[in-house]
Amino acid sequence: MPASRDVTAARVAIGSDTDLAWVRQQVRQAAAGLGFSLVQQTKLITAASELARNTLIHGGGGYMEITPCPQGTAPGLRLSFVDSGPGIRNVEQAMADGYTSGGGLGLGLSGAKRLVHEFLLDTCPGRGTTVTITAWATVVPSARPEAT
Amino acid sequence: MTDQVGANEAAAAQVCSFLQRRREQIAQRWADASLFRTVFTLSREEAVEACKAVVDALADVALSGRPEDIAAPAFGTVRDQLGRMAASRARAGFTPAQISEEVAALRAPVVELLRGEFTDSSEATAQEGVLALTVLMGSLRLVVMETALSAGEELIARQRLQLLEVATPVIKLWEGIVAVPLIGTLDSARSQVVMESLLEAIVAQRAQYAILDITGVPTVDSLVAQHLMKTVAAARLMGAECIVSGIRPAIAQTIVHLGIDLGTILTRAGLADALAYALAQQGIEVSAHRMARASTR
Amino acid sequence: MNRAAAGHPLAVPVLALGDVLLVTLQGELHDGMAEQLQQDIAQRIARSTVSGVVIDISGVDIVDSFLGRVLSDIAAGARLMAVRTVLVGMRPAVAITMVELGLTLPGLVTALDTERALDMLATAPQLAAVSVPAERKEARDAGLP
Repeated sequence: MPASRDVTAARVAIGSDTDLAWVRQQVRQAAAGLGFSLVQQTKLITAASELARNTLIHGGGGYMEITPCPQGTAPGLRLSFVDSGPGIRNVEQAMADGYTSGGGLGLGLSGAKRLVHEFLLDTCPGRGTTVTITAWATVVPSARPEAT
Repeated sequence: MTDQVGANEAAAAQVCSFLQRRREQIAQRWADASLFRTVFTLSREEAVEACKAVVDALADVALSGRPEDIAAPAFGTVRDQLGRMAASRARAGFTPAQISEEVAALRAPVVELLRGEFTDSSEATAQEGVLALTVLMGSLRLVVMETALSAGEELIARQRLQLLEVATPVIKLWEGIVAVPLIGTLDSARSQVVMESLLEAIVAQRAQYAILDITGVPTVDSLVAQHLMKTVAAARLMGAECIVSGIRPAIAQTIVHLGIDLGTILTRAGLADALAYALAQQGIEVSAHRMARASTR
Repeated sequence: MNRAAAGHPLAVPVLALGDVLLVTLQGELHDGMAEQLQQDIAQRIARSTVSGVVIDISGVDIVDSFLGRVLSDIAAGARLMAVRTVLVGMRPAVAITMVELGLTLPGLVTALDTERALDMLATAPQLAAVSVPAERKEARDAGLP
């Protein structure tokens, strides 16, 4: 088993594009500490980057909350992206591939959803949006030296 | 009814105090039992300490008044220890049933000790005490059994992962050409492993061409087709070209029937055709003429 | 070698190798830096004789839809000025993630490493344009003298 470092809950403010880099770094550190594989880490960081950018651009800034969330023996991470911006009026439309209101490729929400195990969108027009994603690491146990 | 419960609780409390009092003697006897002796080979002292931990846990369970409760928190504290023992026995080739027998063998020395205490006491109290202890030891046996089984499951899961890797070798066919001959059913987990190892091989071998040969894949459903397409797309992003070979007529029909568009994917009938294509793209000609000429010369 | 040139914290250096522009992206890339790079490349193409652009992303840990769009835009902008762009060195984990995200960067030519990208740019343009969708290829060919 890879040595998993202690990962504690933390909150990261999202107010500028420098903060996006900070979000990515925090998520990488936590995911690596919990033993996520390189591909699993990359997927989670990419999803976090998409959602943090949404928080910044559409929500006018906010914060990310990062919480360890193990399931059985599998370590996991839960990330919440919270803003108190205008909210999303048409959730179905916002979740569709290719829909964009911010000049991106329109893959933010739908793409992020495909990169994680759980995706929860909570929005209220005029009061803000919270997107919560969760991913679990499939731990590949290392071969035991005594096994022949 | 209430009397019965009261009697049970009294017996459990009795067992608890017995276990606490005779902790040292029980541990000394158990340390020589095959279960502990074969696991703690370093020193007898270590085995005695392990035995004491188990005795303490049993005393705690008895104190709770529910010796039949295998989910008792007190068992949790020795689960790690029990798990280590069970895993060690399992590795030595013991079946869960055999391990369970070894745990059962721990009962006799303790019961003997307990009986020894009751020579002066009334027959009924002695019976109650022995019964409570027996139930307690039965619970211990179940806990070990459960731990042994879950250790077995872990072993199976680990071997399954090892098998996944063994079952998907990436072969270098030529300078700059790698291939994965896929054999057997492709599920989501295996497709993921195939994708990752093929892409890693592309980097390691600096391979411009990657061949996915599905001759040995019995069926292709939409999920598998999707994985193939993802692999091809990922390879393309890295600057390599993927060729899917060995699509048998039946599979080709299924793909058409499912309405999957493999139009963007480069396909060839067999692995040899795919290799010939990749070689030709690199400007390497495989010619029979030269061979023929060489032999006539 | 190119790492030494990446010392400036605010801008991504654009090196000229003959008539090919070479860009090496490293580590964390802020959105502003990526947009600045897009402008820098466009200006370099307009100012001097450039036959191709090679963007090395072997040092990049993640490509999200923003960076993906910037890379596509760089290539599309260069194409309008008859300059080809080759993206090289994408890591496997990044490629897997991009495909899952839905970012397949159509129209972007890719290569395993800089050496091969330079080979591609040096050889016949038809060969290098294999992965370019037909209509885009025609448009580009029409723009060439």
